[in-house]
Amino acid sequence: MTRFLALPLILAAAAVPALAQDTSPAQLRSGYEAESGAAADPAAGKAFFLAEHSGGKPETPSCVTCHTSDPRAAGQARTGKTIEPLAPAANPERLTDSAKVEKWFGRNCNSVLGRDCTAAEKANIVAWLASF
Amino acid sequence: MIRRFTLILALAFPAAPVLADDDYMPPVTHPATAEECSACHMAYPAGFLPARSWQAIMGNLENHFGEDARLDEATRAEIEAYLVSNAAPRVRGVAETATPLRISELPWFKREHEREVSARMMERAKSMSNCVACHKGAERGYFEDD
Ligand code: HEC
Ligand code: HEC
Ligand code: HEC
Repeated sequence: MTRFLALPLILAAAAVPALAQDTSPAQLRSGYEAESGAAADPAAGKAFFLAEHSGGKPETPSCVTCHTSDPRAAGQARTGKTIEPLAPAANPERLTDSAKVEKWFGRNCNSVLGRDCTAAEKANIVAWLASF
Repeated sequence: MIRRFTLILALAFPAAPVLADDDYMPPVTHPATAEECSACHMAYPAGFLPARSWQAIMGNLENHFGEDARLDEATRAEIEAYLVSNAAPRVRGVAETATPLRISELPWFKREHEREVSARMMERAKSMSNCVACHKGAERGYFEDD
């Protein structure tokens, strides 16, 4: 019985829609730069990413809590699930889907800082992640 | 063990589409739920929790077990509707007035996992919410011993 059930399940799983690859790290960076009116600063992005912040949820003081301090390395969600690397150099799917990037900035900035990230902060982070 | 679980399933989910296998719970087939609820942990099968639990979870995604898991309203509502319509009609040992937020704190779950889980397994899994660490087939709906 187990075997008979497996096939339709695999077929059903294959129907999940693929990523919408509608942007690139460079396009995202210039979009956020235009919004903030300032040039991105990758070093500031790095400092922001590695820093311990306050104002967010106690469980997640830093981006590093889940992503580690090396964006080329895999991280780990608090549930033990692996998070693929954030740097496009290590994971070409990153920073190619604008809705996905906005969704995770929205969630993660609120978890870590208790507020949305500014366009300038997003430009800096994208520029740093793309610099590897 | 398997037989005992069959009984629990039969009592707990009389109307849920439980298939022939004893340790089987239909996995999430709804695309938005499978996509959005699998980033931080596996997409938990709807049939493990009652409708009121899914409503409570989906009504407070900004404060989701210590994280922000917010979604746009259209996606949020669509996922809630799927989870609610595939929820467990009743869960054994849980009063109609109680709204459990965790599968891993349901009475049957605690009974099944109390004695059977070794310290070594727990260390590898990190959290009881990480079903996949111990149940290799969890994403396909299988919670057998492996
Ligand atoms: C609680 C854990 C957690 C924390 C803390 C966290 N993230 Fe994430 N982040 C995730 C998860 C999970 C994903 C989605 C994983 C996936 O797509 O595989 C993600 C995705 C992202 C993405 C999406 C990239 C893409 O294109 O797919 C960006 C950008 C990001 N995080 C940046 C940050 C920044 C900046 C911070 C700090 C403000 C941060 N994260 C803190 C868990 C976390
Ligand atoms: C941003 C990350 C994230 C996303 C996205 C997310 N969750 Fe969670 N979820 C968590 C964390 C963290 C826990 C607590 C895990 C722990 O205690 O180890 C959790 C736990 C749960 C639990 C309880 C698990 C247990 O222990 O029985 C349920 C049920 C749940 N989530 C449902 C959902 C649903 C439904 C969605 C999709 C709408 C979702 N989650 C999306 C992070 C997330
Ligand atoms: C640390 C390891 C571990 C984790 C994490 C874990 N389980 Fe289990 N689970 C076990 C063991 C061991 C058993 C008992 C062996 C058995 O009966 O299959 C069990 C039994 C079960 C059973 C009964 C199966 C049967 O055949 O009687 C179900 C259903 C189940 N687990 C669901 C879950 C769900 C859902 C999660 C995540 C919310 C989870 N488990 C997380 C180790 C784990």
